[in-house]
Amino acid sequence: MISSVTSFLASFVGEPMADMILNIVIILIKVAVVIVGTLLHVAYATYWERKVIGHMQLRLGPREVGPFGLLQPFADGVKLFFKEDIIPADADKPIFYLAPVIFFTSALTSLSVLPFFDGFAVANINVGLLFLLAMSSLGAYGIVMSGWSAGSKYSFLGGLRSASQVISYEIAMGLSLVGVMIMAGSLNLTEIVRAQYNYPTGFYAIPQILGFFVFFVAMFAETNRLPFDLPEAESELVAGYFTEYSGFRFAMFFLGEYTGMLIMSSIGTVCFLGGWTLPKFVMEALPFLSELPNFVWIVVFLAKVYVFMFLFYWVRATLPRYRYDQLMNIGWKLLIPLALVNVVFSGTLKIMGWF
Amino acid sequence: MLQQLFFGYYAFMIIILSLLVVTRGNPVHSVMWMLLLFFHIAGLYLFLNAEFIAAIQVIVYAGAILVLFLFVVLLLNLREELSLRQIAGSWPAAFFIVAALFITVTAALGAYVQGPVGSYSIEAIRSETHTKALGRLLYTEYLFPFEIASLILLVAVVGAVVLAKRKLRS
Amino acid sequence: MPIAMPNLIPVMPELVMTGVAIILLMAELVIKRKETLGFLSLISVGLISYLLLGSAGTTFGGMFVSDGYSTFFKLIFMANLVLTVLISPKYLQTMRINFGEYYALTLFATLGMMLMASAADIIVLYLGLELMALSTYVLAGFIRYDMKSNEAAIKYLLLGAFASAILLYGTSLIYGLTGTTNLRDIAVYITHNGLAKNPLLMVSMIFFAVAFSFKIAAVPFHMWAPDAYEGAPTPITAFMSVGPKAAGFAVLGRVFLVAFGSVKTDWSVILIPIAVLTMAIGNILALSQTNIKRMLAYSSIAHAGYMLLGIIAGTPAGISSVLNYMFIYAFMNIGAFAIVIMLRTEGFAGEDISDYEGLGKTHPTAAALMLVFMFSLTGIPPMAGFMGKFYLFMSAINAGYTWIVIVAVLFSAISAYFYLRIVMLMYMKEPKEVIQLNTSPGIGLALAVTVSAVILIGILPAKVLALAQQAVTSF
Repeated sequence: MISSVTSFLASFVGEPMADMILNIVIILIKVAVVIVGTLLHVAYATYWERKVIGHMQLRLGPREVGPFGLLQPFADGVKLFFKEDIIPADADKPIFYLAPVIFFTSALTSLSVLPFFDGFAVANINVGLLFLLAMSSLGAYGIVMSGWSAGSKYSFLGGLRSASQVISYEIAMGLSLVGVMIMAGSLNLTEIVRAQYNYPTGFYAIPQILGFFVFFVAMFAETNRLPFDLPEAESELVAGYFTEYSGFRFAMFFLGEYTGMLIMSSIGTVCFLGGWTLPKFVMEALPFLSELPNFVWIVVFLAKVYVFMFLFYWVRATLPRYRYDQLMNIGWKLLIPLALVNVVFSGTLKIMGWF
Repeated sequence: MLQQLFFGYYAFMIIILSLLVVTRGNPVHSVMWMLLLFFHIAGLYLFLNAEFIAAIQVIVYAGAILVLFLFVVLLLNLREELSLRQIAGSWPAAFFIVAALFITVTAALGAYVQGPVGSYSIEAIRSETHTKALGRLLYTEYLFPFEIASLILLVAVVGAVVLAKRKLRS
Repeated sequence: MPIAMPNLIPVMPELVMTGVAIILLMAELVIKRKETLGFLSLISVGLISYLLLGSAGTTFGGMFVSDGYSTFFKLIFMANLVLTVLISPKYLQTMRINFGEYYALTLFATLGMMLMASAADIIVLYLGLELMALSTYVLAGFIRYDMKSNEAAIKYLLLGAFASAILLYGTSLIYGLTGTTNLRDIAVYITHNGLAKNPLLMVSMIFFAVAFSFKIAAVPFHMWAPDAYEGAPTPITAFMSVGPKAAGFAVLGRVFLVAFGSVKTDWSVILIPIAVLTMAIGNILALSQTNIKRMLAYSSIAHAGYMLLGIIAGTPAGISSVLNYMFIYAFMNIGAFAIVIMLRTEGFAGEDISDYEGLGKTHPTAAALMLVFMFSLTGIPPMAGFMGKFYLFMSAINAGYTWIVIVAVLFSAISAYFYLRIVMLMYMKEPKEVIQLNTSPGIGLALAVTVSAVILIGILPAKVLALAQQAVTSF
């Protein structure tokens, strides 16, 4: 079908141009699919979070809107859209407008390099892992700028806390992934998953247990989730950097945060849990699995992502918030040295040929 | 043609954004323009097939260094900053020197002759991936400068601690 | 992947230096008496000097070269380091900045200078320069509570960063033209491809000249020097006035004579006005200074101008006389600073020139030593400074630059006014108040070494000059 479209186009604009146009159209379709899929996931991630935490606290969670409360996310969305958009008089307007957009965009852009199943990534680039780190560090700008531009002290403190927290934990996170890069010998996310499939355990989480631990902890800090949610600590800062936001601008932060969680979960899945694959020994034991078409494997990918998401909720329901100096100590004096040790180990073992 | 268009766009934007960075009265706005500037520089690297450098440019400069800038700038007294003059009084002298330099370098650039071309053509780098090529060179041919760079970073860390952290009057 | 081990013998001194510096950083945690760290660095200098003698060779694919030229400069750096460490501890205690990192940073700065002296590749040269500069910025701002020290560090940092940027610009041009950063390959490429008259090469050389002029504090790129010298802790001022300057001359000589050796007529056009201006501005502005550190700063600017003559001459005799002069300059300049340090007590800066009034009556020994250093800096026989200048000027005349030498002698005569004014104040005036001298065994030793070096080299100059000439033959 695609070839007939190409030849049809080529009759108008010539062969190379037609290829280019078609490529762009295909990319746009992929983008639309990924964004819509993610936003639906985000909507239900909030619902699921409330249910999980509700049950952990012996409550029921949302159940009035729709069957089992399933339409609750949409009700929330409608409410947010129709709220008044308040802009504080003291705000630095251009930056106040821009901040949530930066935050949300950086989260959505990260989605473009994630391989959801074999051969499906909007952009299969060679430095995918670095791209993810770059985008996650950009999210910090959204937070800091929103905190500063609102002209409110609560927001400002939240922004400052977030800036230092995110850049501190970014280092730990980046270093924790170096072990994976060393083992896979690539920064391309698809290549990393394939390398994992060919590794005996099928998961890098097993040999890279140290890296995985560091990543796991840093993941919470990067997304500003409990127990590291100091930038938005409700009891101290009245929601921190987005105190002054309302309506749709608030919704952008909200969506951005949950998208960020999904992305962190996806990085964890791709780098440590084998992405869309099952370990080789499972595949060899159950040969019929390899007959399945490619896109079915997104189920495996999502299942692993959900495990991470569940852990996010579980931790939130269980652990209290850290104090700020404790947070910094954990980051600089525990996680970064551990990650460095892991890098040295991985490098040494790689040279000795054990990885 | 398309390439020149891309390069022209990036080069032009880099100049415009640099000007915006140094002329804004509000330091926070300056930092935001600088962020955009860093993206265009990263774009220029991508254009040169240096994807690793481009990613590092964004991670290190935009993601870490500039956030620290912002951190410091946020703590400044904005009202005081806004009341300062943006252009120093001696700008005519500076302008004269810069203009003279610009004219000299532009005139000299006409005499450019292509130097020898090395073994790393675009095809060679693409087939090896830029990250691998860069890593291999850094750890073999350029090992010595690479190690000196690590010492520079060590000194920077020590210096920062000495100047900022040590208690006065021991 | 097989790992090819590079030949480490030529870099052994640098490796040991790195190791010692890092050990000092860690030992700082447990050692309470910081002078011990200074003592440890002195011992390591002994070891490194020993290693230096057997280090000849090229390694890391021609990026690093250890030859007579670099070894001679490294000996100057070692002398500089030893003397600085000797005059430091008492001053650090007086100023209450007695932190162990001080010694580690001086070692790192010296390491950077050593790398510069040995750099056969512009990348190594640049990184060595940054290592040296970064350590020195921190050291200049070491008196944190003092605004002047902060000012010194900031000015030095900003202008130094500016110089680095210019150096990199020049490097990028030369890389674009020749496709290499190796100094020898650049030279070969320039001669083989007839780039001699290329304007772009000229621009690139101007950039190199500007960047190095910043480092040696040559006019018109000297603006940072007086403020930085005045604000920095005095031992660091002594360190800065010799080390980075010597390192700047080391790279200046190597880049211009090795890489651009074939286009000497082009670059001497750039360097001659710089040299003349440097001698003029340095000596004339020194006349009006009232602060001794600022006066010595302008004097060190002027001395950079004299030494540029040897580079402009470009002959082996010229280079060897630069080496010779640098060696002498290290001793006489640090000696003068050691006296300045002795005058500093708690609550009394002792940096004003009028503080030297009547020193000959209250402290005759210190005054006599200062007299020797001032005579030597002026270039009065039989002090070493005279011999240094003599060889320098002779080599320039032999290379055909007679008129510049006449200018140099003229300004040298002007310089006598401000050097001898100190002597006049010390001996002809009555003391205003009784000044306590802040002596220590370290300073005493440093003064003994410097004064005997200044007098001995003045009387028997052949030895050092022969060494310098030998160093240049392998260049």
